[in-house]
Amino acid sequence: MKVNFTLNGKKVQAETAQSIRLLDLLRDEFNLTGTKEGCGIGECGACTVLLNGYAVNSCLVLAAQIDGSEILTIEGVAGEKELHPLQKNFLKFGAVQCGFCTPGMILSAYSLLGQKQDPTEEEIKDAIAGNLCRCTGYKQIIEAVKETAKEMHAGSYTSVNDKR
Amino acid sequence: MAKKFSVVGKPVIREDGIDKVTGKAKFADDYKFNGMLHAVMLRIPCAHAKINSIDFSEIQNDESVFSIITNKDIPGTKKVGVIKNDQPVFCNEKVVTPGDVLGMIVGQSEEKLRSLVNKIKVDYSTLPLLTDPQKSLEPDAILIHPETKSNLIIHHPLRKGNVEKGFTESDHILEQTYTTQLIEHAYIEPEAVSAIPLGAGGIKIIGSIQNPFTTRRIVAAVVNLPLDKVQIIQAHLGGSFGGKDDTMCILAARAAVAALKTDHPVKIRYTREESILESYKRHPYILNYKVGFAKTGKIKAMRIDILADGGAYCSMSPFVTWRSVVQATGPYEIKNVHTDVRAVYTNNPYTGAMRGFGSPQPIFANESLMDEIALRLGMTPDEVRKINGLKEGSITATGQRLKNHDVNLLNVLSTAMKNTDFKKKWINNKKKESQLGELDLSQPVLKDSQYMNPDQLIKKGIGLAISYRGCSLGAEGIDAAAAYLSIQNDGSAYLLSGLAENGQGLRTTFSIVAAEVLGISHEQIFYLETDTSRVPDSGPTVASRATLMGGGAVKNAAEIILDRLISLIRKEWKLKKKDEIEFKENKIFVNKNKISTFPDLCKLAANRGVNLATIGWYKSPTVDWNEHTGQGDAYFTYVYGCHVAEVQVNLGTGEVYLDRITAVHDPGTVINKLGAEGQVYGGVTQGAGYGIIEEVTTDRGVIREQNFDQYLILTSKDIGEIKPIFIQGKEIFGPWGAKSLGEPTLELTAAAISNAVCNAVGKRFFNLPLNLEEIVLGKKLRPEEIKRGSLQ
Repeated sequence: MKVNFTLNGKKVQAETAQSIRLLDLLRDEFNLTGTKEGCGIGECGACTVLLNGYAVNSCLVLAAQIDGSEILTIEGVAGEKELHPLQKNFLKFGAVQCGFCTPGMILSAYSLLGQKQDPTEEEIKDAIAGNLCRCTGYKQIIEAVKETAKEMHAGSYTSVNDKR
Repeated sequence: MAKKFSVVGKPVIREDGIDKVTGKAKFADDYKFNGMLHAVMLRIPCAHAKINSIDFSEIQNDESVFSIITNKDIPGTKKVGVIKNDQPVFCNEKVVTPGDVLGMIVGQSEEKLRSLVNKIKVDYSTLPLLTDPQKSLEPDAILIHPETKSNLIIHHPLRKGNVEKGFTESDHILEQTYTTQLIEHAYIEPEAVSAIPLGAGGIKIIGSIQNPFTTRRIVAAVVNLPLDKVQIIQAHLGGSFGGKDDTMCILAARAAVAALKTDHPVKIRYTREESILESYKRHPYILNYKVGFAKTGKIKAMRIDILADGGAYCSMSPFVTWRSVVQATGPYEIKNVHTDVRAVYTNNPYTGAMRGFGSPQPIFANESLMDEIALRLGMTPDEVRKINGLKEGSITATGQRLKNHDVNLLNVLSTAMKNTDFKKKWINNKKKESQLGELDLSQPVLKDSQYMNPDQLIKKGIGLAISYRGCSLGAEGIDAAAAYLSIQNDGSAYLLSGLAENGQGLRTTFSIVAAEVLGISHEQIFYLETDTSRVPDSGPTVASRATLMGGGAVKNAAEIILDRLISLIRKEWKLKKKDEIEFKENKIFVNKNKISTFPDLCKLAANRGVNLATIGWYKSPTVDWNEHTGQGDAYFTYVYGCHVAEVQVNLGTGEVYLDRITAVHDPGTVINKLGAEGQVYGGVTQGAGYGIIEEVTTDRGVIREQNFDQYLILTSKDIGEIKPIFIQGKEIFGPWGAKSLGEPTLELTAAAISNAVCNAVGKRFFNLPLNLEEIVLGKKLRPEEIKRGSLQ
């Protein structure tokens, strides 16, 4: 069967089958290997992508379900010339160690900031509670998200989609 | 006066960061090759069985099956191991643990192979099981590896002074048993590796490999090739924590056998379930401590008996338990010590290296014991530690005199206490403590008197733990590392060390070291892909040795180049001996006057035929060890740490809430502040998980928790504030005195939490993890054959 959807801002079409997960479609058909598989059962969050602006585990979404949707993966987060503020702050605050959970973390945070301009620390923790990280202890990740929200709130960035 | 650094000690953004935040960083499973095949493993759901026959007839003609690989296809060594060759690459006679692999099928579609593998008929007879390590040395115990004649993997004795005399001189004797649990590394990236056949009979391996040189040695032995025909490349590694060593060696060897047989690239990638099932874990320990001490708090003697469950294979057990025997007393000067540490075979999942490496278990025991001594004598936890703690010139349990570095143990202790207002809080909590009610499980309906007032349900506690830790490999083996540095004629540079980037930020740390020496920016340095064919064997990236050893090698390489450039300057500018040359901010100064820039100097060097490429080398000072007495200079230097845990305990559910953990460490000199803090946050969080929730349990040897729905690690919601504090002590080894940090950050947390829980509820717990079962029920909801330890 064929699915038509928007992938990182571009309209695309793909041939898929019943057993193909969104995760497989992204990694195998589109070679977008930034989306990772850590558990295959929706527990670790390494495969997080945005589906119509909301963070989902792409291992739990069938490719056939995304017809007509908008998908954003880590490869579509940065602007053409510059990193997204979340990416910059992940680096600045040391929120990255091995980097395997990082794409999923950034997308969960991206989804949060799309819905809430000024999240509390608890809300940040909630937003990334479905993303496991074994390296960082989450501290620097939380700081990075907090700082990004603050910059956005202060008007340095008008919205999370502003990729200056 | 301390040297003023330009980059060292500052927060530096990691070198591989941009690739990692944009999804471009390629991890092992992200590699694809033309004509690539997948391999899928054949196992049986049984921990101990004799294999009678394997019948492939139902699948061997299936078009999805390109090849079937078994023990018969191995050209070289059929059993391997990092220390002892006791683990079959493919089992053909029997399985001794459920992760064991009998063979594999290879083909294009992994999905089809996974459905076909179940159609292979294995005829096997189950054998009696040995899952209780305490029974493994009994005379009638079944033998896991009959050729070894005993289930004993290793015995490390340590004898210092006369413990019996020490006990008679003591005013008090305390004897306790502690147990720690089996836990999983839980790196978020499951194992993956590809083997690609090269021309001329060689093989290239790209995978999630922690120790490329160990993997090369094992692959070469299995495929029967010289080392130079086996090239190992490390993909970006999605976490390891000691865990991607043995397992990856064997996976790489299997992929190599299949690739050479089929003449196709072959990839093996594990699901989470396979990863947890087959990979090794942290050793569960049973620890008996008997301590004699005077009224004053001075410890007179300590007798320690430790049993480690090594599971089905030897793996790193001899080295893990060796660190335990060195450090088992904790950081205390004790005249009389008698320690025995044994590791034994069982049919349980095998255990090996994991961040901490034989230290978190004895620290939980000895730091619980120190608090017990304090409580018996009416002291505070710091007092008893100050009386016994190691100082400059102290003699350790192995008879080593501590010298040549700042012995900062009591300094980290007092810093941690000051920063947490420890004493006041500890005394206050203790006053408010309420003994946990004993729950009578035969009377499930509570009496009125047993109901708790909601206000009293949550109790606060504070606790601390301290440790010393030997840096690098110590007497485990030869300890040396190499680094390749090549400066280009525009002033940019290639850097590569033989140690591996496991996510800890080693590339960045090493770039900082080279940049500091040459007075350039770390951004001018391009760190090359870790590849065994481009740099000398530097041993494994373990034992928190990378910054110390690899950093030392990088500094050596940069200094060699610097010397060559200085000679060139002296000659070209006709300088006198007293003229001072300085490399700073990418420029060259003579007597504070700028004479050139680094890029221009490199161009000049190229024109003058100066060699600006070199291999740096760093070899550790010698250590010595007597394996019969456990005496000697075990490690050439040590680091010191103190964790203070502030918790709340829910008396109803046994939940432990982690409010704040203050972690004070002395890692010598901090090279990258951002990376160092990251090590603390991550290590503390792992250590806390070990303390309160993590546990792998088995049912007849088979792991119950095979994915993250059952095996729980801490999430962003489960950990409170973490406060890293660095005391930077003087040290003569390593780059500017930088030494270990990665493992010290993890080893203390569980012990500090346990002491905090005791401070909160007024009851001592002897078994990790501190969950509902331990704190409230006092028994396991899912019984195991192994009896849990108890107060004696």
